[in-house]
Amino acid sequence: MSEVIVVTSGKGGVGKTTTTANVGTGLAKMGKKVVLIDTDIGLRNLDVVMGLENRIVYHLVDVVEGNCRMKQALIKDKRYHNLFLLPSAQTRDKSAVNPQQMKQLIEELRDEFDFIILDCPAGIEQGFQNAIAGADRAIVVTTPEVSAIRDADRIIGLLEAMDMGRMDLIINRLRMDMVRRGDMMSVEDVVDILGIDLIGAVPDDENIVISTNQGEAVVGNQTLAGQAFYNICARILGHEVPFLDLAAKRSFLVRFTGLLKRS
Amino acid sequence: MGLFKFFSKKNSKSIAKDRLKVLLISDRVDCSPEMMEMIKNDIIRVISKYMEINEQETDIHIKQSVTIDKKGYAASICANVPIKNVRGQRA
Repeated sequence: MSEVIVVTSGKGGVGKTTTTANVGTGLAKMGKKVVLIDTDIGLRNLDVVMGLENRIVYHLVDVVEGNCRMKQALIKDKRYHNLFLLPSAQTRDKSAVNPQQMKQLIEELRDEFDFIILDCPAGIEQGFQNAIAGADRAIVVTTPEVSAIRDADRIIGLLEAMDMGRMDLIINRLRMDMVRRGDMMSVEDVVDILGIDLIGAVPDDENIVISTNQGEAVVGNQTLAGQAFYNICARILGHEVPFLDLAAKRSFLVRFTGLLKRS
Repeated sequence: MGLFKFFSKKNSKSIAKDRLKVLLISDRVDCSPEMMEMIKNDIIRVISKYMEINEQETDIHIKQSVTIDKKGYAASICANVPIKNVRGQRA
């Protein structure tokens, strides 16, 4: 039984691609067979975040247009034997594919994989319609900012209108020091406004930048963001995992790095 | 609100939250002022069939209320129609 998850947000730059890469890698680490699909035609990015940009031969549009077989376009991640990427096309635009074709493409992958994760482009136009067409459930990513939350609300409305089976929220780039000062909306504030179930909160962590520079995922490593993404993967698999106490860990880290600086 | 602001400086998170709540209501409803005026006139016409109402003081607006499952907010339409007299029947 396979599950098709679309990672979407409305607004750009909130962490959809990072979330897709980390959730996909995490699920693969947990033993699931996973394929990630970059649906952002014309602005391909997931390959770079995954560190697989040098291995692209064929892409999504090639498969849809029948220029190659699915097997030829799928890139196998050498670090995790059950993780695959179907990259997007860089030199085409969103109109190269339609929702019906996306559905067919996903159906073709269902037999083979446990999880099919779609990285959705920003916006609510055709790229978005393509990405959500074949999905069983959605993960809506937002940050604790007015503009990102507004766009997330719009996306939730659109997903509700098309009867998306299930919607879960990830709040990304939380800064607990700012939340404590009262200068950033908390997890509770955002959940209260958007009114969908929370599946994870990810702290603003410089390790994300470092790992993205290296084309690697943080999921499962000792960083706060790595743990947060690992817990999200466990929750996707249906495990009950308590939410990280970001405040406690952060203050410990701050204290710890403070000590180092002093010595 | 003005006084409150004057005496205690509100933190920026509360400002963001308040702005968002108002913003999302209009986003979710997607209703133009012209349409609101048309709805108001229709309500006046319907109720006027049965009651004598104060048309000048009739007011409709969209307000925010907590949903039944208490999980989120929903917009609801509120009409305030002052009744002057009930038409006919006993007179």
